[in-house]
Amino acid sequence: MLDGLINGIFNGISIGAVLLIVALGLAIVFGLMGVINLAHGELMMLGAYTTYVVQNGFKSLGDGMQDFYIWLALPLSFLVAALVGLLLERTVIRLLYGRPLETLLATWGVSLILQQFVRSVSWSLVFGVLTICALLFGGRAILNKFVNLGPRQKLANFLVLVLSAAIGIIVGRALNNNPVLEKPWFSARNVDVTAPKWLQESISVTDTLSFPAARIFIIALTIICLVGTFWFLNKSAWGLRIRAVTQNRDMSACLGIPTKKVDALTFALGSGLAGIAGCAVTLLGSVGPNLGGNYIVDAFMVVVVGGVGKLIGSIVAALLIGIVSYIVGSGTLVLILPSSDALQPLIDTALFFAETSMAKVLVFALIIAFLQVKPAGLFPQKGRSVEV
Amino acid sequence: MTRINRRKFLVYGSTAVGTSILLKACGNPDTAADAPAADGDAPAVASSDGDTIKVGILHSLSGTMAISETTVVDAEELAIKEINEAGGVLGKQIVAVKEDGASDWDTFAEKAEKLIDQDQVSVVFGCWTSASRKKVLPVFEAKDHMLWYPVQYEGQECSKNIFYTGAAPNQQIEPAVDWLLENKGKDFFLVGSDYVFPRTANTIIKEQLKAKGGTTVGEDYLPLGNTEVTPIITKIKAALPDGGVIFNSLNGDSNVAFFKQLKGAGMGPDKYPVMSVSIAEEEVRTIGPDFLKGHYAAWNYFQTVESPANETWVSSFKAEYGDERVTNDPMEAAYIMVYLWKQAVEKAGTTDIAAVREAAYGQVFEAPGGTVTMNPNHHISKTVRIGEIREDGLFDIVSATDGPVDPIPWNQFVPDTKGFACDWSDPAKGGKYKEA
Repeated sequence: MLDGLINGIFNGISIGAVLLIVALGLAIVFGLMGVINLAHGELMMLGAYTTYVVQNGFKSLGDGMQDFYIWLALPLSFLVAALVGLLLERTVIRLLYGRPLETLLATWGVSLILQQFVRSVSWSLVFGVLTICALLFGGRAILNKFVNLGPRQKLANFLVLVLSAAIGIIVGRALNNNPVLEKPWFSARNVDVTAPKWLQESISVTDTLSFPAARIFIIALTIICLVGTFWFLNKSAWGLRIRAVTQNRDMSACLGIPTKKVDALTFALGSGLAGIAGCAVTLLGSVGPNLGGNYIVDAFMVVVVGGVGKLIGSIVAALLIGIVSYIVGSGTLVLILPSSDALQPLIDTALFFAETSMAKVLVFALIIAFLQVKPAGLFPQKGRSVEV
Repeated sequence: MTRINRRKFLVYGSTAVGTSILLKACGNPDTAADAPAADGDAPAVASSDGDTIKVGILHSLSGTMAISETTVVDAEELAIKEINEAGGVLGKQIVAVKEDGASDWDTFAEKAEKLIDQDQVSVVFGCWTSASRKKVLPVFEAKDHMLWYPVQYEGQECSKNIFYTGAAPNQQIEPAVDWLLENKGKDFFLVGSDYVFPRTANTIIKEQLKAKGGTTVGEDYLPLGNTEVTPIITKIKAALPDGGVIFNSLNGDSNVAFFKQLKGAGMGPDKYPVMSVSIAEEEVRTIGPDFLKGHYAAWNYFQTVESPANETWVSSFKAEYGDERVTNDPMEAAYIMVYLWKQAVEKAGTTDIAAVREAAYGQVFEAPGGTVTMNPNHHISKTVRIGEIREDGLFDIVSATDGPVDPIPWNQFVPDTKGFACDWSDPAKGGKYKEA
């Protein structure tokens, strides 16, 4: 009985930990900045593909090495996702602050682009895109610096765009004739990320009690990420600036805080955490171009239930959702209820929902009901900043 | 005033050069090599001049199903190429018109109509999911056309206008259950994705277990794409504390999560052998053989089948598409259906739909997986095999039926269809009649 209880708590927490690590980056981007980032799942996917690349690198180093790839994969997936996030912020999100609907559409578009990117990326595509960028930005810089066209400047810039696009396409197509350069890096197929040996097994505590090592690893990783994020937001100088900008952007700007830099940094941090989450879920699930779609809804669910703008809300919400979906889905609810005729309808209901897909239905229904009572989530933001 | 200065020259000149380069890039002929095949309404070569026969290929070339369906397209194109190199059908070359169903079932129906009405193809090879097949079925029936379908499915269907070259349930699921009962244990836990194939398959399995003395200790369904399987693993542990058989009809990404987390929970194939019906060579590669080693799958064909026909096929497939590629059951079924259709056309002497249908009954082909025969119920007799997954991602065949198993489309374990059969060679019987 005690074993069952410990097992139940552990399993609930381990589901919650996955939800939390997935939602943590979003809690920062959506919670602190108010940006609805639908590309969050795709940033995770980039983290997962980084893990795949690192794993293959270690495999080629020889036997025994692939047990350690995860230690390099974690920081690298953080870096890759953070860099892509930074790029995304500088090119798309920055132009759309304060326009949630447009942000939503734009980031959804970005998510589609990123998915298609990993499906079709090959050396020829990369070279083609690089050629376009180099010609476009180089040409523009030269044009704007050394040639004075006056009113025709815009037309000239447009022509540079057309020209560099055309040349880039030709370069890409020409390289496509070479089978090595043309071959996609990953293709649309799912790729195989095999966890290190020591994370594939389970750790037995007693004869009847054993925990999967991967789950323990993810719980530990989640705690580390949480502590790190808390420390960064509450103890570091940049964290202070982030919090200041969250509370009152205009006043912060007046006081000399570089709000644009803060925005970029916050977004990069959230994206980087998504990358780490992507690396973590490779231990549990599949890695493919549509990996993000499997997690994005859960991530938003956690942030919305927890209350926008509060990390503690996300933590509680993730654990709650994890435990409830475990208890309902595994049929533990049926065991708890004493069997008597009076309770029979209740037991039948519990039995009806004791199936993974039905449990999901029930959890969503509960969330909808909960949001009717508390629309702002578990820990609503208080104070003046709410109105802004 | 019409003097052209340096600036204007620069602007106009670069416009001209840019436009011409762009036009050239767009009209680049060798990059459009696939176009005649991929784009149906391009040249009207086929039906008019009589030297070629048009056939339709209708699969998802994009979207979630593309991963699986493109491999089947490869097999079909290889068969068409081989037939063309050997002189074609009735002395005519086959031209394939390829359409993309885009993993969207309504698109499948639209494209089927387009292939039949606009391209006037003689036959359509296509579909993978049961959902897409159910969607195009009314189209083929209304136009009295012909679809060949290469994937194992849940049965309970027998259309006059479809030929099924994948396994019927009695050629995959039922033998797998029998084998498990004999070799692995009587207690079954059923896991599946939440849609029509797993649910129908599990209904059949439950009835079969009831009839043969096994027990179903539990079942669970995951939404497609779900990766959280902890509750299921707890349930399996609770229902089968001392080990038992897991029958797995999960599809797609959930399989990866299921096997990774099953291993993580310390449940290996020695105590919890898993029998899968949706995992073939391609899937093993993406899940990782580490997690699958020692588990089982039931199919009609494995790449490791030892026969001269298979050796030839595997080597010509690898020569065509690359050494790292593998062959699997749906691909084999797709490959043989093109040949069966070709034989039927040759026997009929025409591509007329009704004549080809009549001629198809009884066609025999020496397939890579063994001899197959087309039955009057539009399904084929074929050998059934059980494979154990090896370290290199291929299968050790641990059991095979002595010869081809005759297909039974209407399931005999399910009360609703018990006693029914299908025979299209006899107009009085048709798709569903009560057997005497």
